[in-house]
Amino acid sequence: MDWVNAVIQGILTGGLYALFATGLSLAFGVMRFVNLAHGDLAILAAYLTLSTSAVVGVGYWPSMVIVVLVMFVVGYVGQRGLFNFTLGEDPLPGILVSFGVGIVIQNALQEHYTATDRSIDLGPILTDSVTITDDISIGLFPLLTLAVAVVVLIALQLLFSRTSIGRAFRATADDPQTAQLMGINDKRLYGVAMAIAFAAVALAGFFRGARTSFSPSSGGGILLFAFEAVVIGGLGSLWGTLVGGIVLGVAQGVGNQASIGWDLLAGHLVFLFVLLVRPRGLVSAGGRGL
Amino acid sequence: MTQPVETIEQGRFHVVRTSTGSTVGTGLAIVATVFFALFPLWGSDSTQLTLVQIFYYLSLAQMWNLLAGYAGLVTVGQQGFVGVAAYTLFVLSERHNVDPFVAIVLAGVLVAALSIPVALFAFRLQGGYFAIGTWVIAEVFRLATLRIESLGAGNVQSLTVKNTFAGYSLESRRDLIYWASLGLAVGATLIVVLILRSRRGLAMQAARDSELGARCLGVNVRNTKLLMWVIAALWTGATGALIHLNSSTVTNQDAFSVLSWTALVVFIVVIGGVGSQIGPIIGVVIFWFITDRFEDSDTWRFIILGSVAVVMAAVARSGIDGLLQRIHPFEIFPVRRRLRQDAP
Repeated sequence: MDWVNAVIQGILTGGLYALFATGLSLAFGVMRFVNLAHGDLAILAAYLTLSTSAVVGVGYWPSMVIVVLVMFVVGYVGQRGLFNFTLGEDPLPGILVSFGVGIVIQNALQEHYTATDRSIDLGPILTDSVTITDDISIGLFPLLTLAVAVVVLIALQLLFSRTSIGRAFRATADDPQTAQLMGINDKRLYGVAMAIAFAAVALAGFFRGARTSFSPSSGGGILLFAFEAVVIGGLGSLWGTLVGGIVLGVAQGVGNQASIGWDLLAGHLVFLFVLLVRPRGLVSAGGRGL
Repeated sequence: MTQPVETIEQGRFHVVRTSTGSTVGTGLAIVATVFFALFPLWGSDSTQLTLVQIFYYLSLAQMWNLLAGYAGLVTVGQQGFVGVAAYTLFVLSERHNVDPFVAIVLAGVLVAALSIPVALFAFRLQGGYFAIGTWVIAEVFRLATLRIESLGAGNVQSLTVKNTFAGYSLESRRDLIYWASLGLAVGATLIVVLILRSRRGLAMQAARDSELGARCLGVNVRNTKLLMWVIAALWTGATGALIHLNSSTVTNQDAFSVLSWTALVVFIVVIGGVGSQIGPIIGVVIFWFITDRFEDSDTWRFIILGSVAVVMAAVARSGIDGLLQRIHPFEIFPVRRRLRQDAP
């Protein structure tokens, strides 16, 4: 029964990882841009939620909404003001710039908030659970996180398939030059794409910060999990991101069940295994689009 | 407008591989090496300690520059190699009384061997995902060493006078570490120059610029990149061992620190100029200057160097070297080939 529990917890954790991965996957799908600052941005959002709540005087949930909106704007500005200059055939500038931004954010957070562990205390919802049977219970908050992840993915799927801006994203992802000929302002479009990615990352940071304690150096782990979820699931597929997140979560849960403390390593090993035998991922959509 | 094209009638050509600049540069490098080699005879102890750090960062920077700037392998996982080398040194010297300087060599060899299966996984990824992949693998090494009870499971391990440094006086230990560090820095620079002068080096740069084009010309891209990867791993491993011999402690968190062994190195090379000869050297000088000014604040060191590196990577991609070259083109080591027409 412990194993069943471990798998269920893993699936729920997978929801959080899928949420982590969404922003990363989005930026790569539309712009071929791998944002190495991804994890640090999530942690930044978590800290901002704490500060917003303290400064503005509202609860954490409204603060989260504010932070998501702020990060949306920051993402747009960041893309147009900095990241846009790194796009092109050569991946080097993008990697270096995003890596550097991540390190600067991490250290700026350290400077301002110190290295003490913090967490977003949402009260009873964090420990409430739904009892299924005598041995199995499902945490309410992890369930909520998974639900939010699914909603976000559905929303993005609808955005890409049903709206004109979604069409613009797909067109630019497939062929940037022709898209420009069709009148699409790629610079502005990339700004919006990154804005959405930042908003998703802010949401992920909030749920992460509420679930476990965090510190300025927690960003690296988030980036690695997001990346692993994307690779396991398969590049170019939003739903693959969910599958990847769940597989990763389950791997960690089972690993921990097998031997305490082996969760991270188990997850990494499963990732490496998938990379070795099925580098295209478990759910390959083919192509590089969305 | 374009220059009128000279009509070349008949004639023979030869390849010129040196220039005034490269001769001067090589001469200066030799003079500097001798100068620093003799430093312990008259220099101050504290400066000598600082120089050890500068030299091993130069070694790391040269290797990262080789991979990212010349081979097209942008890695942020070198800390994995440093950490493995640190624990190798600990096991060999502290637990089995191997001479620490021999252990440095062995650590390099072990890391080089390890880098081959690492490449098996990492090379399946491209670009930014390759970078993160190297980070994951470094994390795997870190977590694995954490799990091994006999390595102390993350507690601070010391390299003691009783075991590691047995037979070395305090002074000889200090000086030998200094010379080892200088040797690693000079060796790293030499290795990069020799590679760039070789046909393999040409193939490597061709593969970096255009994999498809290089393949069409018969370059085995995968093997060329693998060779550079292993060489860099060897030298990074040896340097990692030296670093921990110098600090005489091994902690899991510090040995595998992405901040100390990758972020700083990346910033150093980016500011100096990725893919340039003088880049790592300029970068290390600036690194030393900033470290000197912010010696009590690690975070500010990262914030400043990181911000400058970010801006440069975005708008001044060739770093300081690029800016200098625009003022007046120069080269410091003989790595270029020029075509000259024979005198009639």
